[in-house]
Amino acid sequence: MTAPAVEASVPHPGGAVYQSWWSRVWQNHAPGYLFLIPWLIGFLGLTIGPIITSFYLSFTDFDLLTPPEWVGTANYVRMFTADPKFIASMQVTLTFVLFSVPLKLAFALGVALLLNRGMRGLPLYRALFYLPSLLGASVAIAILWRQLFAGDGLVNDFLSVFGIQGPSWISNPRYSLWTLIVLSIWQFGSPMIIFLAGLRQIPQDMYEAASLDGASRWRQFWKITLPLLTPVVFFNAIIQTIEAFKSFTPAFIISAGTGNPINSTLFYTLYLYQEAFGFFRMGYASALAWFLLLLVACFTAFSFLTSKYWVHYDD
Amino acid sequence: MTVTAPAPRLTVVTEASPAKLWRKRILSVLAHVALIGASILMLYPLLWMLSASFRPENEIFSGTLIPSSWSLDSYFRGWNGLRISFGTFFWNSLVISITSVVGNLIACSMAAFAFARLRFKGRNFWFAMMLMTLMLPGQVTLIPQYVLFRELGWVNTILPLVAPKFLAVDAFFVFLMVQFFRGIPRELDEAAMMDGCSAWRIYWKVMLPLSTPVLATAAIFTFIWTWDDFFAPLIYLNEMKQYTVMLGLRTFTDSTGESDFGGLFAMSVLSLVPIFLFFLFFQRLLIEGIATTGMKR
Repeated sequence: MTAPAVEASVPHPGGAVYQSWWSRVWQNHAPGYLFLIPWLIGFLGLTIGPIITSFYLSFTDFDLLTPPEWVGTANYVRMFTADPKFIASMQVTLTFVLFSVPLKLAFALGVALLLNRGMRGLPLYRALFYLPSLLGASVAIAILWRQLFAGDGLVNDFLSVFGIQGPSWISNPRYSLWTLIVLSIWQFGSPMIIFLAGLRQIPQDMYEAASLDGASRWRQFWKITLPLLTPVVFFNAIIQTIEAFKSFTPAFIISAGTGNPINSTLFYTLYLYQEAFGFFRMGYASALAWFLLLLVACFTAFSFLTSKYWVHYDD
Repeated sequence: MTVTAPAPRLTVVTEASPAKLWRKRILSVLAHVALIGASILMLYPLLWMLSASFRPENEIFSGTLIPSSWSLDSYFRGWNGLRISFGTFFWNSLVISITSVVGNLIACSMAAFAFARLRFKGRNFWFAMMLMTLMLPGQVTLIPQYVLFRELGWVNTILPLVAPKFLAVDAFFVFLMVQFFRGIPRELDEAAMMDGCSAWRIYWKVMLPLSTPVLATAAIFTFIWTWDDFFAPLIYLNEMKQYTVMLGLRTFTDSTGESDFGGLFAMSVLSLVPIFLFFLFFQRLLIEGIATTGMKR
């Protein structure tokens, strides 16, 4: 490598005229690919290869010990016709996504708006609200949550001050999923920080012009803040939804890996784990994984397609 | 980086009436009350667990936030609560996390340098592929990866956990670094190029030294996320002597946890200490790191 193919606005120094075609190609493209080698190996070997393989496996019976056996679409047929646990886990996950994401984003935006009014002590509040996001993925927090919402847990201690006798939240199928939704909302700090950064970028003079025109704060929020913030809302919504689909640890710890009571915390990821590593039904688990991929892909495509109707880009 | 310093605010100076000023003051007090209340509500459970871990065994579920007498018993009991001491688990987690940091820093920064600065055929295509992997649910690669690592004889070693980091599979960090590299003035590497520096030297001598903030952010997040990771160790590490702290905690809840809450809480607190220390010393860096991801360049 003599002259690197660093992208530059100035032409290459030195005459490239009498270089052979091959050495020109080599000099122009090789450094890029040399730097990309680790990523490329990872991408082909640990991402694309496995995606294709798991597509194939989803049409087989495979228990890891004997070679995969082709069964056609049987796995998919079973998913939709003969597997109540699949339906249950889908319901649990969709409920979780549908409630935790909007609520979390609403909290994040609300607090960000409050903090953005030039509050004193902003760095401290920001840090305090961010802490749960940083700790939240830990097993330790899931353990704490299990204790908080137990029958004799902290939440019920608090409620008993007001004379309310709370149920055992985590072992009641009506509430168990909600404890996990609350856990997710508790971690609103990281989208809040992104909202704050987005709010900072809204030019202040727009508000000044609007208030000179006599627009109320409420009107300013709907006509200036929210439209200009839609790219950030979009970004946060996508990231949080994908995160919510992937959630695994809290449900696993709180239900001790079972997804109980009555499958009420049986997240899709948890069910997939049970099928793959509990029963070693790798073929069926692959079909579950592929269905999840399709679901997430559809969701992402749908969001990007509809985004042009509600996300405002200033260029 | 886009949002480091608070933008100077120009407020229109209008002659506000006293009534208006009072209204503003009251609103601000109310906002502080709401924020302080919310902070307490959010952080109380953490403080409670901290306090519980220092209480004597018979007082764990009773008493005020400040223990009447302090005791380290729970820590000693918890530390040796399982067949193998938590010291082993902490050591395992540390080894895995630090190796992952090294892998991510090398591999992700190389890929990011190629995407941000080098020109080669297919760059846009590969970049789009990299962005797509950001949204990929990990479950879809899980089983074939497991089969692969099993064939290689890597199950029950740390290799399935750390080797992928050296292949830049954490696209998030590649993305973060690309964003940062693009913000570094091009004149710098062009000057180096005019001096006849190779791409490797530009990467090593120009880009990396200028990128310490993003490298630090990536290092800390890699550490925390690896430290917290539960799923991969759950699948790949089956022998207790290889357990990470998170697996140790899980085993603790399943076996003795029901009877020894003190030990469980003590070990839980201890498992959060490294993350909390990063938060304490680097929270600015972390918050800026998070903030930049949502901004477009």
